[in-house]
Amino acid sequence: MRLFYLGLQDNLSANPIEFIERSTGYWTLLILLVTLSLTPVRLLAGIAWQIQLRRMLGLMMFFYACLHISIYLWLDYSFVWADITKDISKHPRILVGFAAFVLTIPLAITSNNAMMKLLRQRWKQLHQLVYFIAILGIIHFWWLVKKDIREPLLFALILAVLLGIRIYFKILAKQRRVK
Amino acid sequence: MIIKSKADISPSEITPKEVFDNRREFIQKAGFGLIVGSAALLASPLRAATLNDKSILIKPSGAHPKIAGYVKTAYGAGEKLTSYDDISTYNNYYEFGTDKNEPALNSKLFKPRPWTISIEGEVKKNKTISIDDIYKLAPLEERIYRMRCVEGWSMVIPWVGFPLAQLIKWAEPNANAKYVEFISLADTQQMPGQNLQVLDWPYTEGLRMDEAMHPLSIMAVGLYGEQLPNQNGAPIRLITPWKYGFKGAKAIVKIRFTEKMPLTSWMKAGPSEYGFYANVNPLVEHPRWTQSSERRIGAGLFSGRIKTQMFNGYAEQVGQLYAGLDLRKNF
Repeated sequence: MRLFYLGLQDNLSANPIEFIERSTGYWTLLILLVTLSLTPVRLLAGIAWQIQLRRMLGLMMFFYACLHISIYLWLDYSFVWADITKDISKHPRILVGFAAFVLTIPLAITSNNAMMKLLRQRWKQLHQLVYFIAILGIIHFWWLVKKDIREPLLFALILAVLLGIRIYFKILAKQRRVK
Repeated sequence: MIIKSKADISPSEITPKEVFDNRREFIQKAGFGLIVGSAALLASPLRAATLNDKSILIKPSGAHPKIAGYVKTAYGAGEKLTSYDDISTYNNYYEFGTDKNEPALNSKLFKPRPWTISIEGEVKKNKTISIDDIYKLAPLEERIYRMRCVEGWSMVIPWVGFPLAQLIKWAEPNANAKYVEFISLADTQQMPGQNLQVLDWPYTEGLRMDEAMHPLSIMAVGLYGEQLPNQNGAPIRLITPWKYGFKGAKAIVKIRFTEKMPLTSWMKAGPSEYGFYANVNPLVEHPRWTQSSERRIGAGLFSGRIKTQMFNGYAEQVGQLYAGLDLRKNF
């Protein structure tokens, strides 16, 4: 919405494609981090109502990821597949981002109740991919910046804290079981 | 997070009773603080981006003193010029911030005059020259050059300047001089971006002597017939159109002639990514950005990319400088 508004005002900077590519990418990662923060909040604070937002936020992240990659394929590379495959294979940054997107697709497909019932225990295993996707996404951001790594560093720290909380509680639970 | 298998508890580790009793509330507050704090931090660059309102913040063309008596040249005939607005609001100039809209906003307090350049190193004798004398050193000309950034975008820019060779002739380098080093201003007062050690300040660039003497190499003092805006490198900068844009050192205060190849800021920052030559070369890929094609700024959303040319299209003029040099190794 914000992009559309700025676009109307011809205010997407001198390089509008780069601008919307970056801001959709930025929002994808941001929504992903918010999604991943729901469970740690439950673990820490004991509040659980936000867990029901998880699927919605996950799909929203997928939507932004789709926007991001469509802009890349369409506006940036005009569907010139030779150039696109070359760009993906020659640049680890693009490869990592592309891999993260591909891995997100099965998660989006299996996000409905029917699939959850069908896959049962394996659904949970499959959706643990999200941690890996988040790490790939942040590497993709990190490798974009030339020198000023403050923003990707902040994203990485937040992800580390969020994953750290989960691991901490997992170990705690294990210890309790042992006792 | 480290889980200690602890033997004893030191007194300092014992939680005070009131904190313990309110631990749930404490954790809630801490967690809330973490989320709000990070949300605010993450939102800040976006807020900066919305400030990018050219009409209020950027001086339009006509705001800088006109340069009198420069001559037009045939360079760049038939090229469509990038707009003044785009050239002056989309800048990589880390001395004023690492976002491309920041230099225009953060360079307003920069003072491009009075200004002197000092000449040192392998020269007959050290000397200095003021910016006013530089204007009189050689007849000023307009050169319309393509500018290709290593990040995969390009512009067509009407610079006003004079051949670097003229300045070198005046500087009188001695026979030991094999390279020319360009050193930009270091002043955290005027250049707030230098508070961040993203690069080794001052910004340093360099050319081989024959590259510097090449007629395409110019010192630019103007843009669109006016004195350079601060964010474009006022009062004087280097332009070598067959090389990636970062070779063009801005706000130059010192020119040093050396016998050994100087180490540039970007070579120090990423030796595997940025070489000394930095010639535009579609055949040598950069680890981050595509070099075989580029996006022309101002061409519109659906224009597609254009093929990048060897030496940015100046191969005929500069190709012979690199005869026998392995450009894959000497990128």
